[in-house]
Amino acid sequence: MSAAMHDAVIIGAGPAGLAAATRLAGHGADAVLLDEQAAPGGQIYRGIETCSPALQQSLGPDYAHGAGLAAAFRASTAAYRPETAIWQVTPEGEIWTKHQGRAGLVRARHIIIATGALERPVPVPGWTLPGVMTAGAVQILLKSAALLPEGLVLAGSGPLLYLLAAQSIAAGAPPAALVDTTSRAHERAALRHLSALIHAPARQMLRKGMGLKAAIRRAGVPVFRHAEALRIEGETEARAISFTSGGQRHRLETRLIALHEGVIPHQQMTRAIGCAHEWNAAQHCFQPVLDEWGQSSVDGILVAGDASGIGGATVAETSGQIAALAVLHHLGRLSATERDKLAAPYLAMRRKQLAFRPFLDALYAPRPEITTPPDEVMVCRCEEITAGMVRDAARQGAQGPNQVKSFLRAGMGPCQGRVCGPVVASILSDALGQDPQTTGYYRIRPPLKPITIGELADLDQG
Amino acid sequence: MKTYDLAIIGGGLVGSAIAWGAARAGAHVALLDEGDAALRAARGNFGLVWVQGKGAGMPAYAAWTQRSAQLWPELRDALEGETNLRLGLEQPGGFYFCLSEAELEKRASLIQRMSHESGDIGTRVIGRAEARAMVPGLGTEVVGGTYCPMDGHVNPLYLLRALQASLRAARGDYLPNRHVTQIVPQAGGFVLSCGDERLLCQKLVLSAGLGSRDLAPMVGLDMPVQPLRGQILVTERMRPFLHFPTHNVRQTQEGTVLLGDSHEDVGFDTDTAIPVQQQIAARNMRVFPALRDATLIRSWSALRVMSPDGHPIYEQSAAHPGAFAAACHSGVTLAGAHALAYAPSIVAGVLPDQLLPFSSQRFHVQAH
Amino acid sequence: MFKRIDAAADLIRFTFEGQTIEARPGESIAASLLAAGVPALRETPVSGAPRAPYCMMGVCFDCLVEIDGVPNQQACLTAAKAGLVVRRQRGARPFDTTETEAGQ
Repeated sequence: MSAAMHDAVIIGAGPAGLAAATRLAGHGADAVLLDEQAAPGGQIYRGIETCSPALQQSLGPDYAHGAGLAAAFRASTAAYRPETAIWQVTPEGEIWTKHQGRAGLVRARHIIIATGALERPVPVPGWTLPGVMTAGAVQILLKSAALLPEGLVLAGSGPLLYLLAAQSIAAGAPPAALVDTTSRAHERAALRHLSALIHAPARQMLRKGMGLKAAIRRAGVPVFRHAEALRIEGETEARAISFTSGGQRHRLETRLIALHEGVIPHQQMTRAIGCAHEWNAAQHCFQPVLDEWGQSSVDGILVAGDASGIGGATVAETSGQIAALAVLHHLGRLSATERDKLAAPYLAMRRKQLAFRPFLDALYAPRPEITTPPDEVMVCRCEEITAGMVRDAARQGAQGPNQVKSFLRAGMGPCQGRVCGPVVASILSDALGQDPQTTGYYRIRPPLKPITIGELADLDQG
Repeated sequence: MKTYDLAIIGGGLVGSAIAWGAARAGAHVALLDEGDAALRAARGNFGLVWVQGKGAGMPAYAAWTQRSAQLWPELRDALEGETNLRLGLEQPGGFYFCLSEAELEKRASLIQRMSHESGDIGTRVIGRAEARAMVPGLGTEVVGGTYCPMDGHVNPLYLLRALQASLRAARGDYLPNRHVTQIVPQAGGFVLSCGDERLLCQKLVLSAGLGSRDLAPMVGLDMPVQPLRGQILVTERMRPFLHFPTHNVRQTQEGTVLLGDSHEDVGFDTDTAIPVQQQIAARNMRVFPALRDATLIRSWSALRVMSPDGHPIYEQSAAHPGAFAAACHSGVTLAGAHALAYAPSIVAGVLPDQLLPFSSQRFHVQAH
Repeated sequence: MFKRIDAAADLIRFTFEGQTIEARPGESIAASLLAAGVPALRETPVSGAPRAPYCMMGVCFDCLVEIDGVPNQQACLTAAKAGLVVRRQRGARPFDTTETEAGQ
């Protein structure tokens, strides 16, 4: 493992990371891309290099776009280190890695964090049973292992749910049902944002969404709208899902359920470094505080892509370009004028690409059923802590997520609060009558990924 | 304006134990605490109830520590009875393992010296074979160590939670998000200011850790405490294998293994540092080689509250009687004594004779 | 729950709890086990509850299995290889004292 100083290290091989690394290398910078997976693409373009043409057809043109990104990256002079987990990043530009059982160190003058998004937790009764996965997980199995879901019931709301339904249909495995939890109130609220349609990218997205819904209708997939009070039944595995829709209680027998209520920035690394974060009320999530270049509150640390704020794949790619241009200027490879000239079209593009977000954010906002679940629902999967236990801790004086953590062990399991952090924080905000910015979030500590005591003891600090 | 018999400033292990003990002794108590993001040495505690090696050069500290270890079961019984929490107190004895003959010799002479100074509490030197017989899984580099039958461990987070829950049940007031900025002594008591809020109390205890330093002069006390960072590593849950605590490795009730410890003079920096963690990992792996493959899932650091000689500060203000000092870096070990010995005395307005040697005056004694 | 799109040609084999599992080279162990219809991969250390993959991207740590004697490996981040011996992760990791005892 090299401990030499690089111009730039990019963390994450999704659209933002790939675009940034390619741009940096293209201007002669010494750029290294680190990623945990074995191949480029992140989650959105997962499996893009090995996907069969037939499957790529089913997955749609947006997915296929990733092939060009990956190819351009491979053709660039950027160094690529796959299967590399990162367990600590310091504000001084040290990146501690783990690759094939050995820990090591990489140093960078500038770091672009492009770790993407993760799914918002969907804590409904029974969500921890085998057979319950995120929609993203089912999509990853389709993309990276060419596995078709059988008897799938999709439940939740958000564009990914409809995309996955359409992809499964195109691949020959229509879902058994789609349980849409988008609420009437949110549908009404979203209508206020339709002025965004003056922008072409917004109209394009709306057309795409309507196309997906049409494909779902044509395939005859039963769709239950305005669903609520979800409950998954089963003893040792999922057997059925029940919910209320159209004033009636429904029960669908199924062994495979995909839940989805939107994605949120993967904030583990930025928090561990000590970057400032702020609550994004429109998107109901925390994100790092950044300027328009992606510069965080810590010098030398930039963030691009969904980790900087949810915008989707095309915005991610654009923001990767923007962050790379900022770094190239810091490295002295571009003057401020040159940087601004090159960045101008990307900045304009990003503004247009983001124009439709307010509509989507309003339409697919998470409901209280998800953000403040009933007492009996498990919220910390690792340590098996329920929403009720969190509320009890608040009544007994826990004033924030970190005290809840020390009272209950919530967030102390292997996932280090990635899954439970958002819902524990929202339960607390509600219980304490605070806005989320005041309540705050878990303090995140390294190691960000598991390393063994032996790996830590043996590490070569170069 | 709210009025109390006793206000305790600082809701960590020291303050919470004293508040609980005082409420139990009949006082109307307020426990003032900061918010979720405060320094909180209490959250960084390793969890040892540790006697061996404590108080070299200060027999009074050795005696106070021993008394606390003896009072601990009573504290545990009271808290578990009142709250339904299981504190996980175990006092099977504890080990300090040595990895070289030189280290063992040094440790042995420390224990011998202390035995002469403050009495023999049963701490004994053990050799390689006996160590291995008592603790399976020891590495071949362990040459022996010292074992003290009074040592033990407990879950420090559950201790804090139990103290505060029980305090509330006894109708003590837990007042969070209160940062005390001023204390004004007046006839019959003290006025505390936190933001716009004022609070009146007859007596008070300064147990605000590093925050006590600035508050002390307001009531005629001197608490010259400084931060000393310690880092701890935690593994995933493991099946029970370590049934005795050691001075820097212990396995918790849930099965996680805690590894310490470090002493770093870094001011108020609570970040975690790789070189120190590496040393912790490397040393502990020499003691328990099978830890090599255990996965680390968390590390944290906390700032110990250190007096100039490392021993506690207990005092009643001469200028303003009724104001008491309580500062130490062993809030878990001393919880028994704080709750069941110091607290009732404070309620009676008296500093226990046993604690006279802990006055801050000792830092100003000129060497002859 | 899942079926393979193509009857794949170059399958490799590993075992899970003694059962032979077929896999495409390079796919994750989690994917192979799901394709084979294995329901639960582990029992939690807290309550022994059965768990299976949830996120498939290394975030949730629910897909922990023992691979060739090494406990608590994320099945979704580990590629299937011929001959691996994979077992359910039953609760917490055991502490192996045999290595040190043998070394005396």
